[in-house]
Amino acid sequence: MAGGQVEKRVKYKSSVKDPGTSGFLRIKEAMLLFVPDDPKSDSKLKVQTQNIKSQKYTKEGSQKPAWLNLTNKQGRSHIFEFGNYPDMHACRDFITKALAKCEEEPNKPAVPASTEQLSIRELELRFKLLKENSELQRLHKQFVESKVLTEDEFWATRKKLLGKDSIRKSKQQLGLKSMMVSGIKPSTDGRTNRVTFNLTPEIIFQSQVVIYWVRNPLIGVQVASCALTYRAPCETIFAEKPAVRQAFISYVPSKMTEKDFWTKYFRAEYLYSTKNTAVAAAEAAEDEELAVFLKPDEILARETRQKIRRVDPTLDMEADEGDDYTHLMDHGIQRDGTRDVVEPQNEQFKRSLLQDLNRHAAVVLEGRSIDVDSEDTRIVAEALTRVKQVSKADGETGKDANQERLERMSRVAGMEDLQAPQNFPLAPLSIKDPRDYFESQQGNVLNAPRGTKGLKRNVHEAFGLLKESIVEIRARGLSDPLIKPEVSFEVFSSLTRTISTAKNIIGKNPRESFLDRLPKSTKDEVLHHWTSIQELLRHFWSSYPITTTYLHTKVGKLKDAMSNTYSKLEAMKESVQSDLRHQISLLVRPMQQALDAAFQHYEADLQRRTAKSSGGERPNGYV
Amino acid sequence: MPSVASKQYPDDVSLLVLLLDTNPFFWSTTSITFSQFLSHVLAFLNAVLGLNQLNQVVVIATGYSSCEYIYDSSLTSNHGSFERDRTGMPPLFASLLNKLEDFVTKDEELSREEGNEDRTPSCLLSGSLSMALCYIQRVFRSGHLHPQPRILCLQGSPDGPEQYVAVMNSIFSAQRLMVPIDSCYIGVQNSAFLQQASYITGGVHHTPKQLDGLFQYLTTIFATDLHSRGFVQLPKPIGVDFRASCFCHKKTIDMGYICSVCLSIFCEHHKKCSTCGSVFGQSKLDESSSVSDKKKKASQT
Repeated sequence: MAGGQVEKRVKYKSSVKDPGTSGFLRIKEAMLLFVPDDPKSDSKLKVQTQNIKSQKYTKEGSQKPAWLNLTNKQGRSHIFEFGNYPDMHACRDFITKALAKCEEEPNKPAVPASTEQLSIRELELRFKLLKENSELQRLHKQFVESKVLTEDEFWATRKKLLGKDSIRKSKQQLGLKSMMVSGIKPSTDGRTNRVTFNLTPEIIFQSQVVIYWVRNPLIGVQVASCALTYRAPCETIFAEKPAVRQAFISYVPSKMTEKDFWTKYFRAEYLYSTKNTAVAAAEAAEDEELAVFLKPDEILARETRQKIRRVDPTLDMEADEGDDYTHLMDHGIQRDGTRDVVEPQNEQFKRSLLQDLNRHAAVVLEGRSIDVDSEDTRIVAEALTRVKQVSKADGETGKDANQERLERMSRVAGMEDLQAPQNFPLAPLSIKDPRDYFESQQGNVLNAPRGTKGLKRNVHEAFGLLKESIVEIRARGLSDPLIKPEVSFEVFSSLTRTISTAKNIIGKNPRESFLDRLPKSTKDEVLHHWTSIQELLRHFWSSYPITTTYLHTKVGKLKDAMSNTYSKLEAMKESVQSDLRHQISLLVRPMQQALDAAFQHYEADLQRRTAKSSGGERPNGYV
Repeated sequence: MPSVASKQYPDDVSLLVLLLDTNPFFWSTTSITFSQFLSHVLAFLNAVLGLNQLNQVVVIATGYSSCEYIYDSSLTSNHGSFERDRTGMPPLFASLLNKLEDFVTKDEELSREEGNEDRTPSCLLSGSLSMALCYIQRVFRSGHLHPQPRILCLQGSPDGPEQYVAVMNSIFSAQRLMVPIDSCYIGVQNSAFLQQASYITGGVHHTPKQLDGLFQYLTTIFATDLHSRGFVQLPKPIGVDFRASCFCHKKTIDMGYICSVCLSIFCEHHKKCSTCGSVFGQSKLDESSSVSDKKKKASQT
């Protein structure tokens, strides 16, 4: 490799479409130099080999010219067009070798660096896997700790195990309860006019709202005071009713305490539950904050309108506000099952069961949008607002985006038979002649000479013999006796022997294997040898063909480990009891054969390398 | 009616398709003569037909260059008259022998025309396996009530490696159809095809040692129908020779090259796969050797 350089005539193209400037490409180990023919052109190029990140090339069988595309670390790519493919291959090989050399030195210090970069999470995963799987642990101890394989190599083939684990670790998100808050009916205590709302712990965290009512001659009932004993806020309520959330943020703690807020809220709920819209209207007129709860939710309405605007017309051309089932009134089934006629001015103080149900269902299906698990109502409210704002910003469509959407819709909705006929350039069908396949099967057989030249002469003879036999049997009939009894007896005894020996080898129960009849320690040893040999062989065969010294040392270490295992197998064969020895050797034979094949390959490869290096020196006296 | 039908077809009714090896180059070299062999086989067929009234037997002759159906027990023309003709052969098989003789004549003509002297003297196993499978497929499509088919391959000729692909295809079709292929090999060498066939399809493979006791072997091992095989222990071979033959030279190989698209096996490096036409890239070993050659040349100039 010393003093190597390759020089070729090429055309340099900076991009695929560039016709290319012809010139001379000289590739040395450390760098690559392109000198154009025309001294006036300024596309002289000098690239350090270290900067080359990767190379791509066109395949030989395709119709394209021979291109070699080098990408450097900054992302720029240089394309060289060669006169013919062997040139290109020569350059490519040279560059590969140079790159490999460059990589080797930084690779060695990089290897320990990469292990440091492993996240703690991955290390934890690995420890966990090793703890769970004792076989894996044994393999790991045997190979990694005796420095036959490095950690990375060991885990390289087990990426699937590591990957699966990490998926298992991700938490499953808990959803919201599907029970509705507003479905809770208060219990009325007739005597003291006390209405009690009992709210369940999960959603409202043990809140209990006790509201005292005092009869008001004007409107019937009125809230007098409220005793709230609760601890935490209502995530569901805030998710379902953004107006309430908004009100909470703006009113508490500036205008009223939390207690008062909830009192008013539940008052509003109570008013909804009675169908008394007159009362509701009156109270709303009196109390501004209460009115917030009694009005239809503006924020929700806005969101829904936006959603409807974004509906794809190919799905539903007529999507309009009538499809807003969460916000508008339906056909009027009230919460307690009666139908009622409402005065127009009080219509806004009504809310139907379906509206509540739909809204609640939508929220439950969305799931938890925040991870905040706090007891402070305010924090929850703010978190929810933030989430909503983010999603609103994402969803907001500017003019351009709208335009794009409309264009896309028109493209999707295009009708093919109304468009102009498009004449695509057709690629000709190439159906291979199936006879090619069969002829290629026969082809090489004819080339192999066989020693049956005399066959032709014998054809007539052989067939003649056959025909004679048939005539004979027709004349004679079936031979009588067909079979001699001694022969028959012999046949029976030999068959019996065959079957019974097979039974001894394979076992009475065909499902029972020989392994189960071994003593446990031997069985474990045999199985362990099997898995370790698998592991070693997998790494061994994947390292061929050897292109770097790293692989070379790896193969050397693997070979030593394999010889070790081989000798252990031999020892085991000899140490086992005599009646099992034959079976053990049968079991062990395929393992030894596999190892033998590997050793053979190793020796052959080594010989070839030494022959090549020694042969290369003789004619090349410059080394 | 359904109960009568089930009585008519108990579970041990079998359809036996016998592939008879009539390769003259094999029969001219064995210890047992073809006539002795035929008498064992014909007695065996009689025994199979006698096991159950509804059993059926089909015989296909596997010749050197061609194959043909010789005998079908379900055809009424074969239920001949009961009188023995003067030749001494039971009339049941008279037509079989006639057809066999005609077949041998035809096969001789074809072999003479073919004139390919370099082929191994093997019989056309792939052809007869295909014919057997076609017959069985027709039986399957004839309706619900049919006997359980199996194939018995009586062969002595060695394997013809040029038939490897075709034989393997037939074996896999038989596996799909769930038709076991039994094989009785009476030749000298081992037949890898037959071993693989029986192993893959779940049939029985046996190599009888004593050829004059062939009838005993046949009736003991190969006459059992598929249902009874669950209770009867039949001899199993210890190992199976699974080696493949390469697609280019038909040599049996242990290590070779495989096309990653169609899985065809080659013994040496090719530029293009002959089965699927995909172009192979250069192998790295060849690359390094070719580069060093080039370098040698470059430094010499």
